[in-house]
Amino acid sequence: MAYDNAEQLEEFRLETRKWLEANCPASMRTPMVDDEVVWGGRNATFKNPDSKLWLDRMAAKGWTAPEWPKEYGGGGLTRAEARVLEQEMRRIKARAPLFSFGLWMFGPALLEFGNHEQKLRFIPDIVKGKTRWCQGYSEPGAGSDLAGLQTRCEDKGDHYLINGQKVWTSYADKADWIFCLVRTDTSTKHEGISFILFDMKSPGVEARPIQLISGESPFCETFFTDVKVPKDQLVGRLNGGWEIAKRLLQFERSSISSSGFGGTGSLSPEEYAKQLIGTDESGRLLDGDLRARLADHRMYAKAFALTVQRQTEQAKAGQAVGHTASILKYGAAKMNQDRHELLIEALGTEGLGWAGEGFDKGALRVTRQWLRSKGNSIEGGTSEINLNVIAKRVLGLKDHQ
Amino acid sequence: MSFVLTEDQEMLRETAMAFAREELSVNHLRALRDAGANGKDAKTRQKLAELGFFGVIIPDEPGAETFGLTGLGQILEAQGRTLAATPLLQTALIAASAFQLGGSPAQQAEWLPKIAAGEVTFALALDESAHFAPYSVSTEAERNGQGYTINGMKKFVPDAHHADMLIVVARTFGSSGDRHGLSLFLVPANAKGVTISELKTVDSHGAAHVTLDDVMVADGALIGPADQGADILDPLLDRAAIGLAAEMLGSSQAAFDMTLEYLNNRKQFGQLIGSFQSLQHRAAKMFVELEMTRSCVAAALSAADEGKRDLAELASLAKAKAGELVHLVSNECVQMHGGIGMTDAAEPGFYMKRARVQEALYGSASWHRDRYARLAGF
Repeated sequence: MAYDNAEQLEEFRLETRKWLEANCPASMRTPMVDDEVVWGGRNATFKNPDSKLWLDRMAAKGWTAPEWPKEYGGGGLTRAEARVLEQEMRRIKARAPLFSFGLWMFGPALLEFGNHEQKLRFIPDIVKGKTRWCQGYSEPGAGSDLAGLQTRCEDKGDHYLINGQKVWTSYADKADWIFCLVRTDTSTKHEGISFILFDMKSPGVEARPIQLISGESPFCETFFTDVKVPKDQLVGRLNGGWEIAKRLLQFERSSISSSGFGGTGSLSPEEYAKQLIGTDESGRLLDGDLRARLADHRMYAKAFALTVQRQTEQAKAGQAVGHTASILKYGAAKMNQDRHELLIEALGTEGLGWAGEGFDKGALRVTRQWLRSKGNSIEGGTSEINLNVIAKRVLGLKDHQ
Repeated sequence: MSFVLTEDQEMLRETAMAFAREELSVNHLRALRDAGANGKDAKTRQKLAELGFFGVIIPDEPGAETFGLTGLGQILEAQGRTLAATPLLQTALIAASAFQLGGSPAQQAEWLPKIAAGEVTFALALDESAHFAPYSVSTEAERNGQGYTINGMKKFVPDAHHADMLIVVARTFGSSGDRHGLSLFLVPANAKGVTISELKTVDSHGAAHVTLDDVMVADGALIGPADQGADILDPLLDRAAIGLAAEMLGSSQAAFDMTLEYLNNRKQFGQLIGSFQSLQHRAAKMFVELEMTRSCVAAALSAADEGKRDLAELASLAKAKAGELVHLVSNECVQMHGGIGMTDAAEPGFYMKRARVQEALYGSASWHRDRYARLAGF
């Protein structure tokens, strides 16, 4: 690959390597454990004190958001430099210092659509992990048909007044602020939506966690009753929120698919199958049918990873394929759900425990993750909606006339 | 690994695409079929030679840059788009690679320039049963005073019905199924004792059964060391599978594009059939598979050029993915065209017939899945 400044880039690599060696604590170079993930925010908890140190050091350089402008606290790196940073972090197996909807979704959208004051006010605290954001999109009556949302936002002269309900708001009970889609015009659909920000501590906001089939409660129902919002917290133009919403969904779909939904840490389905089903003298899994499906899945996963890599490289070379986010989101959901179904099949009754003694701890975690994975083809745009986007936007197929 | 073509490779791709579109359309194959040519096409061979397509992986002088397998993959993808029957896979890829992987300096000096100039064509005579099983070779090459005597039978050999030379995989030690004991021999197709029985195949490309009856060859006909032919054959077959996968990607893309166009034109119930969600979702899923297979093929081509250690895995990945893809897309192409898709006058049937041949050659999807699992240790 040719850079104009290959030498400078190499220099950057050496500096970065040196800095990471000196600043990344040893415990931050071990695989991430669920309860040490740092989400930041006003009520941030750091089970491992090293994770706070690591976050603060990275945030000081703006490297939690390497490519964001320096002006707003970002790292100001070029794409090539950001890639070097990523490679160098991977080299020492450094953990991501911060998990954040602000970094993955809201920040990129605000940088594109917000005004200078809004960026100055909100972006630096995202970079530093000081504000934890949640996403107010879905409503009881507006899931796949997101633009059917009804949460009302009225102009009261010197402020806006919000009334309504959101659902599936990830971590609303833990978030500090919300970026929220609201209806500012009831006479039209897509053109009556605005994008607004407010503090979750505002009077009239209430978040109630929803217990899922996996036993966890990452999502909430969120209620707004006469919530007053200052007017300078509207992003973009009044009734211009749908464009921002769609762009943000692309960021969301990309971040979901590049993370592959996580869910690692347990053994692979092949490993469980070898342990629990056994192999013949040449090392082949005894269940030939399962073996073929495991190989098929492994190939799908490899093809998916190569596709992410190819699209990244092509985007860099200016050959972007449109709406890759929908393609990758669809593929990532299928991949992760297949993986967990294979894990449960390979585990047999070992995978059918719920809690307590008598089951392997890793297997118990797999069981919960399997149930959680069912949401992968629903959240952030269902697989069916993603197929619609591909059919219409990429392939140019028409709607019913 | 690189997923972005160099400027030169990009130009080569464009040239190949234009040539396939203009000179080697599906109608060209149809005309050859109707004339009983069975894939024999001397004029096209001449044009391919003039374009330099036979020498894409052969350096002008030792050590010089070439377009690489990635470059040749672009040409094979282009010819896959129109189902063109050409000697490129057997000659420009397989034979050139065989000499590069195992040929002596003398063999390389003699044959590589001739291949590059399009002066000689080859066919790899390997399979002996109806299923790809590269070590299941019973054809025997027995040492005699001056060289070897070869006896055996090869099945469904692509291009053997018009190639000048054969590369025959024979056993010099052990028994069928053993990896050790294989040897590769260079045998003129018109040598005494060689019988070529031409086959009319479903894809109109043709092929031949080859019988070897006391065929005498000199020691110099051996490519690489005796008994250790598998060390050449393994990477050679990986490269063949990758090249064929590139061709299959082209066929899949073309069948998909044709289907999409039909969905955007055909009306029923007063609606374009492409506005029906059941068809939209099937089209979208095919597109996702196409994109994923494209990544696998590009990665495998690039790995071959860079001599990567995971070449075997990537070859199996590319061939299996391309096999599943071309199977799916060719079937959907017929189905979504409805009754038209069942007619000989339309093109979908050509794609489906060629697809099954592509799927079977150099390992089916299930053969490569099995190998992929083995390489991954389960």
